[in-house]
Amino acid sequence: MQIVADPLLVVLLLVNFFMLGTSRLRALINGSAAQGVLLALLVVAVHGEVTLQAALIALATIALKSIVIPSMLTRALRDAAIHREIEPVIGFVPSLLLGGLGTGLSVVFARTLPLAPEHVGSLLVPASLATAFTGFLLLATRRKAITQVVGYLALENGVFVMGLTLVEAMPLLVETGVLLDLVVAIFVMGIIIEHISREFSSIDTTRLSSLKE
Amino acid sequence: MALALVIVPLAFAAAAAAMPWQKWRPWLLPACGAVHLAMTIAALGRPEVSAIGGWLKLDDLGRLVLALVSVLFFACSLYAPGYLALRAERSNRVFVPCLLFFLAMNSLIVEAQHLGLMWVAIEATTLASAPLIHYNHHARSIEATWKYLLIGSVGIALALFGTFFLAYAALRAGLGTSLFFPDLVREAPRLSRPWLHSAFVLLFVGYGTKMGLAPMHTWKPDAYGEAPGIVGTLLAGALTSCAFLALLRFFQIVSAAGEAAFARQLMIGIGLLSMAVGGVFMARQRDYKRMLAYSSVEHMGILVLGVGIGGLGVFGALLHLVNNAITKGVLFLSAGNIHRAYGSKSTEDVRGALRRLPFSGALFLAGFFAATGSPPFAPFLSEFTIVRAAMTSGHAIVGGLFLFMLAIVFIGMGGAVLAVVQGEPPAEGPSGYHDRLGTIAPILLLMAIVLFLGVYVPAPLVALVQNAATFVEVKP
Repeated sequence: MQIVADPLLVVLLLVNFFMLGTSRLRALINGSAAQGVLLALLVVAVHGEVTLQAALIALATIALKSIVIPSMLTRALRDAAIHREIEPVIGFVPSLLLGGLGTGLSVVFARTLPLAPEHVGSLLVPASLATAFTGFLLLATRRKAITQVVGYLALENGVFVMGLTLVEAMPLLVETGVLLDLVVAIFVMGIIIEHISREFSSIDTTRLSSLKE
Repeated sequence: MALALVIVPLAFAAAAAAMPWQKWRPWLLPACGAVHLAMTIAALGRPEVSAIGGWLKLDDLGRLVLALVSVLFFACSLYAPGYLALRAERSNRVFVPCLLFFLAMNSLIVEAQHLGLMWVAIEATTLASAPLIHYNHHARSIEATWKYLLIGSVGIALALFGTFFLAYAALRAGLGTSLFFPDLVREAPRLSRPWLHSAFVLLFVGYGTKMGLAPMHTWKPDAYGEAPGIVGTLLAGALTSCAFLALLRFFQIVSAAGEAAFARQLMIGIGLLSMAVGGVFMARQRDYKRMLAYSSVEHMGILVLGVGIGGLGVFGALLHLVNNAITKGVLFLSAGNIHRAYGSKSTEDVRGALRRLPFSGALFLAGFFAATGSPPFAPFLSEFTIVRAAMTSGHAIVGGLFLFMLAIVFIGMGGAVLAVVQGEPPAEGPSGYHDRLGTIAPILLLMAIVLFLGVYVPAPLVALVQNAATFVEVKP
C-alpha cells in the first residue's frame, strides 16, 4: 500500500505549495480539482484492491471534488469577472515559506504520535496535517471569497486523508454523509457568493466589514 | 419513537416546502412543534427509546437536551405565525422548511450514538441555519451569513478531524475503529493517550466554535445581530445546547479514560475567558441584539466552567443549560419585537420601549434581570449552584472570578438595556408595530417558565438533571 500511497501523498504536498504560491484564481481551482483526483487514487491505494466500496467512494470523490465543485467555482469566477488574488494579507512568498514551515512541523508533530503498526513510516498523518494547515493559511490570509472556499476545501481534504487511516472500519454511511455534507456546504457557499457579488459588485471579502465592534 | 422524533419534523419540512400557500405555511410550525413536544413527553416517560440497532438512542443526557429543545421550539413555533404575518412581503418558502429541518437535525444530534452521525447532523444544522440568518437579504445579513458559514464550517471540519483522531486512538490501541459512543466510553481506558489528548483539543475547538466559546465566538454577534429574533432564539437556545451536548460526549470519553483533569483545566480556562470577553464587549455595546450575542458567549462560558469545576458544578451547569435556553428565548423574541417597532438596533435611537411597547419592553427588562442571575429568576439558582460548587471544591479563586465577571456583565448589560426601555419614546416610526397576542403570548409563556423554575424546581426536572449529571460524570 505504501509503495503507491506515499508518492501520491508527496504530489498532494506539492499541490499544496502550488496553491499557496499562485495568484491566478483559475489555477487555484485547478489545484483543488487535482487534489480531488489524488484523493480518489489514494482511496483505491489505501484499500489495497479495487473493491466496490473503494470504487464508489473514489468515483464520488472525483465527481464532487474534481468536477462539480470546481465547475461551480469557475462559474462564479466568470460571473464576477475576476482572475487574480490581489493584495493577500500575507504575500505569496511568505505564505509559501509558512507553508513549508507548517509542513515541517506536521512531520515533527506526527512523529510524536504513536502510529498503528500498519502506518509506521507512512506519510498519511503528516500529509493530512500539512494539507489541513495549507487550508487554514489560505482561509486566513486571502481576501477573495472563492479563495476562502478553496481554503476550506483544502482543510477538508486534509481531514479526508486522516480518514483514510481508518478506512477498514468506517461505515460507508459516514463517508457518504461527509461527502454529501461537503457538497451541500459548497453549494450553500456558492449561493452566498452569488449574493455577495450581486450586492457588493465584488467578491472581495474586505467589503464585508460593516459588522464589527 | 426515536426515529419518529427525526422523521416527523422532516415530513413537516417537506410538506412546508411543497405547500403553495404563503399565508398558511407558517401554521405548520406550531403543528409540528406540538407533535414534537407530545412525542418528547411520551419518550421521556419510557425507560428505553432506541432505533436502528442502537444508532439512535435517548440516553440520560439526551433526554434533558431533547426536553429543552422541544419546549423552546414549541414556544418559537407559537411566535412564528404572528411574526411571519408581519413579514408578509417576504416569501417564507425557504424559511419555514429550514426551521423544521433544523428541529429534525437537533433531534438527530441529541439521539445519535454514533459520533460520525452526530457530526453529520451538526453540520446539517449549520447549513440549515444559513438561509435563516440570510432571511432579510440585505448587505449586512449577507456578511453575517458568510462569516457564520465560513467560521462554522471550519469549526465543524476541525471537529471531524478530532473525531478521526479519536477513532485512531482506538485503532492504535487495537480496538478497531468503532465510533459508537457507548463502545468508546467502555473501552476508554485503553485508548492511546497522545491521540486522545490531541483529539479532545481539536473537538473542543471545533464544537466550541459551534457553541460560540471565546475566542472562537466571532461569528456570533454578526449572526445573532442580523438574524430574525426567532432564529436567534433557536441558535442561542437550541443549537448551542446541542453543541454543548456534543462536547460533553467527548468529555465523558476523556473522563472515562481517567484524563478528566486535563479536560477540566481547559474548560475552566476557556469558560473564564468566554465570560470575560462577553462582559467586556457587552459594556461597550450600542447594538442591543449584538449585546445578546455576547450574553450568549458569557453563558456558554458559564456552562463549560461548571463542568470544569465538576461534582455539583456539573449539576449546576446542566440546570443552567435549561435556564439559559429559556431565558434567551425571552430576550431574543422581545428584542425582535422592539427592533420591529423602532426599525433600529442601536441604543441611541431606541428609547422608551416600556412606554411604546409595554409588554415587549417589560419582558426585555425582566429577561435582562433573569439573564444576569438576579433572584427570583431561574438562572440565579443555577449560577448560585456553580459558585457554591467552586467554593466547596477548592476552586475559590475561580469562584471569585466568576462572581466578579457576573458583576461586570450586570453593569455592562444593564446600561444598554435601561437605555432601551427607559425614557421618552421618539416619534412613531414607519413600521406601526404594536404588541399583539401572537407575538407576546409565547414570550410570556417562556418568562413564566423562567420565573416558575426560579421559585420551585419540580421533581421530574431535578431527576432529569440529576440523571444527566450522573451520566456525564463517569468515573474511570
